[in-house]
Amino acid sequence: MSIILRAASSLILALFIALASLISITSTLAADKSSALNAAAHTGATFQPPSEADIPPGPFGETIRMGRDIMLDTPKHAARFVGNNLSCANCHLDAGRMAGSAPLWAAYVNFPAYRAKNGKINTYQERLQGCFRFSMNGSAPPLGDPVLVALEAYSFWLATGLPVNKEVAGRGYPKLEKPAQAPDFVRGQVVYAAHCALCHGANGAGQRTTGRVVFPPLWGDDSYNWGAGMGSINNAANFIHANMPYGMSYSLTPQEAWDVAYFMNAHERPQDPRWLGSVETTRAKFHDSAMSLYGQTINGKVLGNTGAPKRTQPKDQAHIAP
Amino acid sequence: MGLSRNLAPALSAFLALLASSHPALSASPPEVASCLACHGAQGEGMAAAGYPRLAGLSAEYITGQLNAYIDGRRVNAVMRPMAMPLTATQIQGIATFFSSLPAPAQPSTPLTDATQNALGQQLAEHGDWNAGIPACFNCHAPGGVGLPPAFPPIVGQPATYSESQIQAWKNGTRQGAPQNLANALMHSVALRMNDTQTKAVSAWLAAQPTSAPQTSPTAAAKTKP
Repeated sequence: MSIILRAASSLILALFIALASLISITSTLAADKSSALNAAAHTGATFQPPSEADIPPGPFGETIRMGRDIMLDTPKHAARFVGNNLSCANCHLDAGRMAGSAPLWAAYVNFPAYRAKNGKINTYQERLQGCFRFSMNGSAPPLGDPVLVALEAYSFWLATGLPVNKEVAGRGYPKLEKPAQAPDFVRGQVVYAAHCALCHGANGAGQRTTGRVVFPPLWGDDSYNWGAGMGSINNAANFIHANMPYGMSYSLTPQEAWDVAYFMNAHERPQDPRWLGSVETTRAKFHDSAMSLYGQTINGKVLGNTGAPKRTQPKDQAHIAP
Repeated sequence: MGLSRNLAPALSAFLALLASSHPALSASPPEVASCLACHGAQGEGMAAAGYPRLAGLSAEYITGQLNAYIDGRRVNAVMRPMAMPLTATQIQGIATFFSSLPAPAQPSTPLTDATQNALGQQLAEHGDWNAGIPACFNCHAPGGVGLPPAFPPIVGQPATYSESQIQAWKNGTRQGAPQNLANALMHSVALRMNDTQTKAVSAWLAAQPTSAPQTSPTAAAKTKP
């Protein structure tokens, strides 16, 4: 008797589950439509860098591989020049190959170039120096250092077949239009909690395990410093919209991307290494833009008012985590 | 219900007897005995049958999965009836017990099929971004050792299990908590994986060691004083 009853109830349950899962499939599939395959999707990029299987043999190939390894695990392979827990590939997805994710091939063919940031003609290696000084909160490798040579060789190889000195689709991050509403901390906080905190943590510190960084810190002592390009709200919004969360490119609305970029950059981070002695003078000289919250008062605190840059400890001298 | 109430004391006594004769069970709650029948005496899983290891998974993850069977977010004809009668306390006890067991030691054994090995490794370590597939290790941590509680270890699980889970994420028969970002993440990725990719990455992951990858001194993360 009870066996029959149980069998019948199991059957009803099974039908119910099947129905419930069918409904949920429909809803999740519908939700998925809004995310694009990858960052390249909305850039019009057609260029494909060569496959890693085609890295040439010999010393040149070894240097290309070293460049790729530096991209993927920068604190390990460029330890002397890194002062935080980021890797190049955190902001240049697929090890610098992905269009719409500031691919190295698109940058490579557009250097040397004048940069307003330092008011001079920059060679490609000088451009890379900036990444280490600001985004990696470290120190610039000397020109000709094996780290820069490897990154240059890797970029050169990725750009195989691209014409030089010609704008190429997929360069940088796809530019978002100005938001309908001014970017907002509170709205950004809501976006962050729903779409970012699972990986980057509620406190923005990222996550690591067994001494390895899994998800990079977005603010705080181990993130990029105030001089980094990602500190500009527009740049961060562009990056986030096209690239975040992983595998869900363009899933946030442009407004959500602007709001969460504002929220991320409305937190404290390491001092700008170009520090001029006070937050006011440093803002006036380097951050005189609505796109930078450096020197602005957020939640009652002046961002960047943390005194002179602290000497960062290079990764090869850091305490070894257990 | 009357049946299970009558059976419960007898079952408990039997399981307690079983427990006392088994080293792994000596400190375990009685409910655990029924898990071990399929998931292995040390919670190491049963590869031949595709039953996953439970040893070394985080307690929060195991709790979440048992609740998912109960809620129907994880559809499984075997696990649902096992999970249904459990109380929250019993679930907690089971989860704590398996999380305290060490992950089974497993040496790295490369796959015999070189093409499958290369494809599996590529997907796990670097993904296939052109197809919208991030690397498994981007979220499940280098070496696939997992990042609790949201990202379970994906190494040291039977290939057939991992394969079935990717399919389940794809067709919606496996879901996390409502509104959890992980749902959309795994569903999106699984949808983009074809059967060849799913098989290759599952087989490759099954052949990897369960221990954390060796970290060179320079790769060590900074430790705050």
